[in-house]
Amino acid sequence: MLITCPYCGPRDVIEFTYQGDGNRERPQPASQDLDAWNAYVYDRLNPAGDHNEIWQHSGGCRAHLRVVRNTITHEILSTAFARGGHKAEGRS
Amino acid sequence: MAEYSAFSLLKNALAGNKDWKPAWRKPDPKASYDVIVIGGGGHGLSTAYYLAKEHGITNVAVLEKGWLGSGNVGRNTTAVRSNYLLPQNTRFYEHSMKLWENLSHDLNYNVMFSQRGCLNLAHTPAQLDDYARRGNAMRHLGVDAELMNVEQIKRLVPALDVSGSARFPVLGGLMQPRAGTARHDAVAWGYARGADRRGVDIIENCEVIGFLRDGGRITGVSTTRGEIRAKKVALAVAGSTGHVMQLAGISHMPIESHVLQAFVSESLKPIVDTVLTFGMGHFYISQSDKGSLVYGGDLDGYNSYAQRGSLPIVDEVMSEMLALFPGLARVRMLRSWGGLCDMTMDGSPIIIAGPLPGMYLNCGWCYGGFKATPASGWCFAYTIAKDEPHEFNAPFTLDRFYRGLIIDDKGQGANPRLH
Repeated sequence: MLITCPYCGPRDVIEFTYQGDGNRERPQPASQDLDAWNAYVYDRLNPAGDHNEIWQHSGGCRAHLRVVRNTITHEILSTAFARGGHKAEGRS
Repeated sequence: MAEYSAFSLLKNALAGNKDWKPAWRKPDPKASYDVIVIGGGGHGLSTAYYLAKEHGITNVAVLEKGWLGSGNVGRNTTAVRSNYLLPQNTRFYEHSMKLWENLSHDLNYNVMFSQRGCLNLAHTPAQLDDYARRGNAMRHLGVDAELMNVEQIKRLVPALDVSGSARFPVLGGLMQPRAGTARHDAVAWGYARGADRRGVDIIENCEVIGFLRDGGRITGVSTTRGEIRAKKVALAVAGSTGHVMQLAGISHMPIESHVLQAFVSESLKPIVDTVLTFGMGHFYISQSDKGSLVYGGDLDGYNSYAQRGSLPIVDEVMSEMLALFPGLARVRMLRSWGGLCDMTMDGSPIIIAGPLPGMYLNCGWCYGGFKATPASGWCFAYTIAKDEPHEFNAPFTLDRFYRGLIIDDKGQGANPRLH
């Protein structure tokens, strides 16, 4: 599997660290909404098909990337920097 | 008289082997059943078997989207063990172990259960302490466990590199002598025949594409072979749980589907006669009766429904094998494949009545589903028949994640790819 990093170009998957489901929304740190925290920590969309996920180019430029990848074919449909557009702000 | 016996073997041999019956029929689906089990793998088939045998519920259909046993029951590395730390897991898997010990007799089908032991290697003093603790926890609940030193391990597995100069020197290990392996295809076929002979319809090439509802209640399924109604619909679909639950309108689950690869080498003379696991990575190996080494390692590590993996894990698994057995460097790998693992957020399974009325759910086996096959079906059948869990599966709820009752044997946290 090759992931095209916006900085570094196409690189082997071994250079990247998987950070999972990019659809989760992290509540504000002060939030006391237990359902929202539970959903953020434990619930996953886990689709058979296109999946919005976060990878880090940990063996390269170390940027966090938003990747749309098909979980049936492993085809990568798009890659972009996660910053700004990443719903789960801060760490994921 | 048992269908398979020395006598029936002789009789059929003399009659030219023309009178054997197929192990299961190929029925067309009826319009309705008491129970539909979705998933014709080990867990679905054992559920149907114990529904019929223990609870007298025989108006049952098992729906399989492919051919019988085409999923994880035919893809795993066949290890059977009950060497867990936490009591909820220990009790459940020890119940499974006891069912394994009598399974060939119970099914009248030789599942080739071989109690050759399972040895976890320790490579640091802290790890050995941790194993001692786990061994004590196991013995406390009546499970066999023995701490082994390097001399004993050297005698047991002479091919293992136990020298002090190994990359990760072996300091000892935790052995469960009653653990072992079983022939996984025979487990599927044996349960299928046992269920079939009690009246269960096993329907292959029948994929569920939707659920029938009456208000909020699940009343059946629509399939590629038409609609089938049932009083109770039970899911045992392992890696496809997320996908099938989405068909039922539940979009989020505490589960990720991941791919796990397994490998088989060319046949060798006996070299390892136990199930051996590496403690400084993730690697396990045993040797089949044909002589092939059967081994595997970690998940590929990203969500996947592909049933095939990629090369970095192949490289890593082979490296770990050579760290233990430098002498295997020139052995050739014959086959590799992948299976889908329904990884939960705490590494433990889910067996419940629900989450929707009329639905029963069995999932979250991570990569430990094969050894659970008998107890999973036994507990799931109990839950379906009585609408309440048995004490063995009572801790394995879906809402435990939201109530602070997680069962995290590895202490890994909600990161499914690391369990």
